[in-house]
Amino acid sequence: MKRNMRKWARVAAMVAAASLVLSACGGGSDSDGDSASGDLTKVKLQLQWVPQAQFAGYYAAVDQGYYKDEGLDVEIVEGGADIVPQDVLSAGDVDYAISWVPKVLGSIEKGAKITDVAQIFERSATTQISFKDKGITSPADLKDKKVGSWGFGNEWELFAGMQKDSVGVKDVKLVQQAFDMNGFLAGDIDAAQAMTYNEYAQVLETKNPKTGKLYTPEDLNVIDWNDVGTAMLQDAIWAQTDKLKEKAYADQTTKFIKASIKGWVYARDNPEEAAKIVTAAGSQLGESHQLWMTNEVNKLIWPSTHGVGMVDEAAWKQTVDIALGTKNETGATIISKPPPASAYSNTYVEAALKELKADGVDVDGKGYKPIDVTLKEGGN
Amino acid sequence: MTRRSAPLGRLALGALGIAAVVAVWEGYKALAPDTGVVIGGTTVLPRSTETAMPHVWDMVSRLSDPVIGTVGGDTMWQTVLDAGLFTLKIAAFGWIIGVVVGFVLALVMQRFTIAEAAVLPWIVLSQTVPLIAIAPLVRRWGSQITIGGFEWQSEHSVAVIAAYLAFFPVAVGVLRGLKAPDATHVDLMHTYGIGWWRTLFSLRLPASVPFLIPALRLAAASAVIGTVVAEVSIGLRGGVGRLIIEYAQSASSDPAKPWAPIFAAIAVGLVAAAFVGLLGLALKPYRRSEIPA
Repeated sequence: MKRNMRKWARVAAMVAAASLVLSACGGGSDSDGDSASGDLTKVKLQLQWVPQAQFAGYYAAVDQGYYKDEGLDVEIVEGGADIVPQDVLSAGDVDYAISWVPKVLGSIEKGAKITDVAQIFERSATTQISFKDKGITSPADLKDKKVGSWGFGNEWELFAGMQKDSVGVKDVKLVQQAFDMNGFLAGDIDAAQAMTYNEYAQVLETKNPKTGKLYTPEDLNVIDWNDVGTAMLQDAIWAQTDKLKEKAYADQTTKFIKASIKGWVYARDNPEEAAKIVTAAGSQLGESHQLWMTNEVNKLIWPSTHGVGMVDEAAWKQTVDIALGTKNETGATIISKPPPASAYSNTYVEAALKELKADGVDVDGKGYKPIDVTLKEGGN
Repeated sequence: MTRRSAPLGRLALGALGIAAVVAVWEGYKALAPDTGVVIGGTTVLPRSTETAMPHVWDMVSRLSDPVIGTVGGDTMWQTVLDAGLFTLKIAAFGWIIGVVVGFVLALVMQRFTIAEAAVLPWIVLSQTVPLIAIAPLVRRWGSQITIGGFEWQSEHSVAVIAAYLAFFPVAVGVLRGLKAPDATHVDLMHTYGIGWWRTLFSLRLPASVPFLIPALRLAAASAVIGTVVAEVSIGLRGGVGRLIIEYAQSASSDPAKPWAPIFAAIAVGLVAAAFVGLLGLALKPYRRSEIPA
C-alpha cells in the first residue's frame, strides 16, 4: 500500500514537472493586443483571413497611429479557416468586420443585422485565368472546359459571367480548387479562379518546367469580371446595424472609417512601407509577394470614383441583382429577396470623407499610378 | 547484454524506418511518371512532379533558408521550431485537462452504474461532433469570458478543443481498466470489509494501468491533432496549424515550404509519444501485459 502510494506520487511529480517544462517553453508569445489604453476606446476589427496586404490599410492605420489620433485603440482580430467575420460581428464579439458583400448578403437574409458602412474595394479582384493555348478569353469559351472554383461564396462572379454568355453550370466540368495552383499548373484545371493579388502572383512565382524560367503574364489569358460586367463588391467595413442608432457607436464608426481610409491612403502613397508593416504584423508571405499584393490591392481602390469607401449605387445594385438571379450548381441563389435598406449606408463614410477633405487628404487618388513589382520565385 | 543493446537496437530500427520512408518517397519519384498513374481517367497513384512531391533534400534544405526571403530574417527551422513548441504547450495543457476529466468521468462511471448508463452514450456521442463546427463556437463563447483579470484567449479555446478530443480515450480506457480486476479479487475485498476508496487504490487503479498507458498515448495523439486542427480552424497565430494554412499557398511556387510545418507537427507528435513512453516506464511494475486500446 505504502509502496503504491509512493509510485503514484512519483508519477504525479513527473506529470507536474513535464507540464512545467512545457509551459516554460514558448512563453512570451502572447504579447500583442494589450497595448495600454489611457482614454482610448477599445475597438475590435475582425478580418477574413490571416494578416496579409489585402488588409494593408488597417495595419498601416494601426502602425501610423491614425486610429489613436481618433481616440481608438484598435485590435485587429485575425481570421482563420472556419472564421466567418459577419457571424462574429453579428454575434457582437467584435465592433467591425471586413467581408465581401455577396457573402454577407446571404447572412443578412438569414437574420444577421449588419451594415456595409464603407465599401473599401471598388473593384473586384476575382479573375479566371488560363494558359494561352487553351484559347479561353471570354466566359463563352469556358464551355466543356475544366473550370476551377473555390466555392464557399467565391464562385458567384464566375457563374454570373457564364450565365451572361449562356453557359450553364452543367456545361462546364466544375473542379474544386485548393489554396495552391498545383491543379492549374498540372492541367487538372483549364481555367482557374485567381485573385489578382494572390493566386495570379502564385503562378508568376512558379518556374515553368519547359523554359526553366518563371511563368510570365504573356503565358496567361485572364477573364476579368470587372470587364465582363459581373463583378461583385468585395472587401467592405461592416458595422452592427442596431448599434448604429446609438450616437457613441455612430460617431466611433465615422472615426474608425476615417482612420482606416487614412491607412489606405498611406498604403497607396507608400506601398513598400505598407508591405513591410503587414510583414511586421506577422504575415508569413514572401517579400515580393507581399509587395505585389499591396500594389494590386491599391489598384482595387485607387483611383476612387466617388471617394474611397463610398458605396456606389450601381455597383451595389449589380451585386444584389447577381445575388438574386445567379444559380449555382445546386440551383440555389445567394438571396431570394432584395436586402433591407439597412444593408448599406453612406452616412458614416460621407462624414469621414468630409473631415478628411477638410484635412487636405487626397481621398480620390485621381493621379494614382501603380508601381512595378518584380515577383521572385516562391514569392520570396 | 540484451538490456544494453536494446535501446541502441531500437534507435537503429527507428533510423531504418525513416530511411525506408525516404527511400520509398524518392524511389517512387524516380520511377513513377510525372503525371502519376492514371487508369480510365482516374489518377490512382499520385503525380511525382517537383510541385507534387519535392525531393526530400529540398524539403530539408528549405528549413535553413529564410521564411520570407528577407536576408537575415528568421530561418524556416527557427520559425517552425517556435511554432512546434507553441503547439506542444497547448497540446500539453489540453492533454492534462483531458486526462483529468477523463479520469474523473471513469471513476464516477465505475462507482455509480447509473452514471455509466447515463454518461457513456454522451461521451461516445461527443466525439461525433465535427471539430471544425465547434472550434469557432468555442472561440466565440470563450471571448465572452472575463473573470477578474483573466481574459479568455484563443489559445485557451484551442486547449479546450484538444482536451475535448483527449478525454475520450482516457474515460473509456480507464473505465475498462477499473473494471478489469477479477471478480474474485473484488469479492475478497468485500469479505475483508474494505471500502470503495481502498479497493480503488490497492486493486482497481493498479489493475487499470495496462489500460491506462495506451489510453494516455491515444489521448496525446488526439491532443496534438486537436490542437493543430483547431489552430487551422480559428487561425490561432503562433502554432503549427497556422503555418500550415499560411504556407499552403506556396505549394506551387515554393513546394518545399508547406512541408516544414508538417515536420514540426510530426516532431510534436513524437515528443508527446516519448513523454507518454516515460510515464509508461515509471508505471512499469504494474504493466504485466498491455491491452491494446
